[in-house]
Order: sequence, then C-alpha cells, then structure tokens
Amino acid sequence: MTTAAVNARAQALRKSKIRQFVTPEGVDLELRIASSGLRLGALLIDICLIQLILLSFTLLMIWVLGASQSSIAISIWMLGAFLLRTFWFIGFELGQRAATPGKRLVGIRVVARDGGRLTADAVVARNLIRELEIFLPLTFIGFSAAEEMVNWWTMLAGFVWSLTLSLFLLFNRDRMRMGDLIAGTWVVMAERVTLDRDIAAAAEAAAGALTFSDAELAVYGIFELQELERVIRAADARAMREVADTIRAKIGRPVAEEDDVFLLSYYRQLKARLERKLLFGKRREDKYASD
Amino acid sequence: MRPSISGSAPATPAFSTSRFRAEREADWIAFDALLARLEKKGAKALSSEELLQLPLLYRATLSSLSIARATSLDKALLDHLEALSIRGYFLIYGVRQSRLDRMKRFLLHDWPAAVRSVWKETLLIVLILLLGTLTSWSLVTHNPEWYYNFIPEELAGGRDPRASAEFLQGTLGHGRAAGEQEGALHMFATYLFTHNSQVSIMSFALGFAFGIPTMMLEYYQGISLGAMIAVFTSKGLGFDFGGWLFIHGTTELFAAALSGAAGLRIGAAVVFPGARGRLQAAADAGRTAGKVMVGVIIMLLAAGLLEGFGRQLITDTLLRYGIGTLMLLFWLGYYYLPRPETGI
Repeated sequence: MTTAAVNARAQALRKSKIRQFVTPEGVDLELRIASSGLRLGALLIDICLIQLILLSFTLLMIWVLGASQSSIAISIWMLGAFLLRTFWFIGFELGQRAATPGKRLVGIRVVARDGGRLTADAVVARNLIRELEIFLPLTFIGFSAAEEMVNWWTMLAGFVWSLTLSLFLLFNRDRMRMGDLIAGTWVVMAERVTLDRDIAAAAEAAAGALTFSDAELAVYGIFELQELERVIRAADARAMREVADTIRAKIGRPVAEEDDVFLLSYYRQLKARLERKLLFGKRREDKYASD
Repeated sequence: MRPSISGSAPATPAFSTSRFRAEREADWIAFDALLARLEKKGAKALSSEELLQLPLLYRATLSSLSIARATSLDKALLDHLEALSIRGYFLIYGVRQSRLDRMKRFLLHDWPAAVRSVWKETLLIVLILLLGTLTSWSLVTHNPEWYYNFIPEELAGGRDPRASAEFLQGTLGHGRAAGEQEGALHMFATYLFTHNSQVSIMSFALGFAFGIPTMMLEYYQGISLGAMIAVFTSKGLGFDFGGWLFIHGTTELFAAALSGAAGLRIGAAVVFPGARGRLQAAADAGRTAGKVMVGVIIMLLAAGLLEGFGRQLITDTLLRYGIGTLMLLFWLGYYYLPRPETGI
C-alpha cells in the first residue's frame, strides 16, 4: 500500500470516530467516541481504586470489631461494601464532570446520546447493567470451578455467551456497552488541553531574513504542517534535526542555519501560506492532495 | 478588521491567526478559570457577576472555535478551543437543580410515575410469580417428593416434608426460640438487603435479552415459594407461615416484581420498538427502568429491615399480618393513587 493510501485510511478512521453534536448556538462540537482501550483502562483504574478503598475499609472495620466487640461493625462493613460496589460509578457519574476517577484520568466522560442533559435515571440504568456485564462471566468461571459434575463444555458455552454481552462494545461503531445502549448514552473524549504558546507569533519576531519561495512551500499540506508543529513543540533536538534534514533535502536547501530557526521560519511561512489558501476556501489536507 | 488580502506570502498579512489569538486569548483564559471553579465547587463558588459572565464567555469561546476552524491551522489552538467548548457546553447546558430538589422531585413525582408506567409488566410478572407458586404448590401437595427438586438441601435448612410440625413451628421464628440472637439481627437484615438487591439488579439487567431470563427468574422464585407454602400447609401451619412471610414479603415480593417488570420493559422495548427506532426505544425504556430500580433498592432496604428486625421481634401472627397489609397498602397507595399533575 502506498503512503498516500495509508494516510487516507488513517484519516478516514479518525473521521469515523467523530460524531456530529450541534449545540443550540449552531456550532458542531464534533465529539469523538472514546476507544475501547481507554474504556478498559478507566474501568481497571476504577476497580483498583474500589479494591483499595474496600481493603482499607475492611481493615478499619476489623479494628473497630476488635476494639468494640460489637457485631454492628460487620453490618456496617456489608452495607459499605454493597454501597461502594453499586454506587461508586453512579455517584461519580452524577457529578459535574460525569466521569469516575478512572474516566477522568484517561480523559473521557459520559454524554446523553440525544445531546440533552445526562439524567440520573440514565446513569443508574447504565451502571446497573454493568453488574451483569462484569459479574456474569465471573459467575460462570466460579460455577465451573465449584461444580465439577456439570459439563465443562456447557460452562464454556455459557462463559462465551456472557462474554459477548460484556464485549458488546467491540461490535458496534459507537463503542456502546449494553448499559450505554439501554441508557441512551455515549462515552466520549473529554480531555483537558492546556493552551500552548503560539509558536508562529514567536517566530514572527525571531526569524526575519530567512524566506522561502512559493515553490519551496508548495510541497506540503496541512497534515505535514501539524506534524511539524508537534515536532517543534516537543523540542527534541534529534527529531528536529531529522525533520529539518528531510525538509532541506526535499526543497533542495543547503544546511546553512540552526535547525530550530530553520524549522520555525519554515513552519511560520508554510502556515501563513496554507491559512491564506484556507481563507479562499482551499483546504489542502496533505502533500498528496493537489495544491 | 481590515480586509485580509495580501500580496506576497512572507509579508505579515492583514488578518493573521496570531493576532486573532492575541485578541481573544484573555476570554478563553477567563472562561477556563471560571469552569475550573464551577467544576470543583459548583455554582455557589461564583459571584452573581461571574455567573452573568459565564454565558457571554461561553458564546465568545464558541465563536472563536468557529473562526479558528475556518482560518487557523494551529493544532494546539484548535484542540484547546474544542476541549474548552465541550467542557463549557456540558457545564452550562447540564446545570441541574440542587440535589435536594432532585430528591424531592424523585420521591414525589418520578418514582411513582415510573412505577405506574410499567403497570402492565408488573401485572405480568405478578402472574408469573403466582403461576410458579401454584405449580410447585400443587405438585408438592400431591407428591412431597417433588419438594427436593425445587429446593436444594442446604437452602431448606431442614424445612422439608420430613420435618415435624414442632420443628417447622420453631423455624417460624418466635423470637429467641428460633435461636437468633438479638445482637445479630442487624447483620441478618443487612445480609438480606444486600443479597436481595443483588438478585433484583440481575433480574433487571437480564431483561434486555427479550425479557426471557427475567421471566424465568421470577417463575423460579415463585416455584420455591410455592414449595415452602405446601410444606407448611400440609402440617397445618399455613396461617402462621403466612404471617411469617407476609410481614416483609409484601414489600420484598413487590420489589422483586417491580425489578422484573423493569427488566421486562426493556426486553419488550427491544422486541416491539413501535414507531421509534430500536435504539431510541431501548433508551426510553432504560430510563424508566432506571428510576424503577432506584425505587426497588429503597423498597428492599425496607424489606430487609422488616425481615431482619420486624419479623424476629414481632412474633404475634396477627400483628405480622397487620404490618404486612399496611406496607402493601402503603406501597399501592404511593404508586397508584391518582394525584394532581404538579407540572414540574
């Protein structure tokens, strides 16, 4: 496959994860569906946190039991464990950020599919179904371990059947769990992005003399521009050297100035050129697109 | 703003995205700071002036996003504006009533309304429960051997057709005679509550498989109930057993039926979506069912208390019947009595 085709496919894949989400002001927020990997990561973090809290809670209750000799500690423990397991997800997802600590860490949140408010009943419904998705496969494993007389193959079949419920989100475009489907919700990306400095403005002041001709700037498109931006922001000397050499080779310039000065001025002028074209309604996605 | 036509590429163009950013950046930073405080401490953290600022800054950010998308190729800027707009949108349009208001609304309106709306499913589940009870009751009455098919040995705890009437009388728990220590009652109640909640959640969650597992689960519950009743009635203890069951059973079985009904509602919506799309139908049903399920968990908490404390402390059969009936009347009235539309 050619690089162009690979690029096109990567872009199509990115596009397929974007969902139209028009606010009342008429702006499309272009929500991105969270990937299954992120969902799993968030779940694992949450489970670890729950287990940690449960462990310390258990130790505390054992201490209380030892100190007070009252069996009420056991009741409190049972109730606490139940509340923790059932309401951890519900409680956090009802908060302002509609995300459990695990979800916050990986930068995703729950959203109502119809664009309305995320209501409490939807959060409850999606999380009660979770009981089924996580515990049904576990129950089958438990059964097969406990009861040997039951046919092993039956257990395996049951396990696989229950897994298809748990892995439901892998089989649809929108990465919806059974719970999401029933509650009418989505899980979308909601990272925090801090505003990085404007490198084009900095370049405006720094690089004066270095100018590139239109032909030299015409070799790249938006994709390359944004990759270049990423490299400059990361400021890794070796990567910058490599990229600078590639660009120099492509446009046939000798190595005459520092890499960062060269890259910054090239970035700035390429950006100005592409943005001007953008104003005239011409968006050149990458270097394979016609200029 | 001057027209953005410029001749040569390297010369500073009249409209530059850098200038655009420099002009608007202060708004974004202010909006970001407001959102951070709003997320941490809620609307109370903001003064009324800041609250008035919020929608203005939000709209300014959205407008910046539109302009940036059309003119800028700075990825960092675009990503930041997009993330900021998404955060802002969900905070501003997601503003809800206070927790107390929501709770009040749920108790006074949403919960009974949700239960009312699944009345058909509730009726069906109750019928299934009764059918299960009748099946096993008639089978066990005619041939006690059936009992062992329905109830596993370890669960029966000696309560089977071979047991003597005195023993059965003892299990009906006349206070300490049943061997229960008063101190352990709360433990028993907690255990019952958590266990029953778990089962109800399952019965609800299994609903989406066209409701079939839910109905099977409810039928099975009826089966074990009927078998027990048969054992006790055959020894002439039917009335006492009724009291033993009634005190918490009206609440607990009602809750079980409602959880089944909630599951069934989802199953039915998936099979018969009607004029809506299947996804939409499932989502609508899921929300109603979610409300019912919160109610079910509250009911089970009540049932656990009645079973753990009430049944062990109150040993008079008639009083048990009285409390059970009262609870049933309370739930029926709470759910189904017509009430004026509150308009909230």
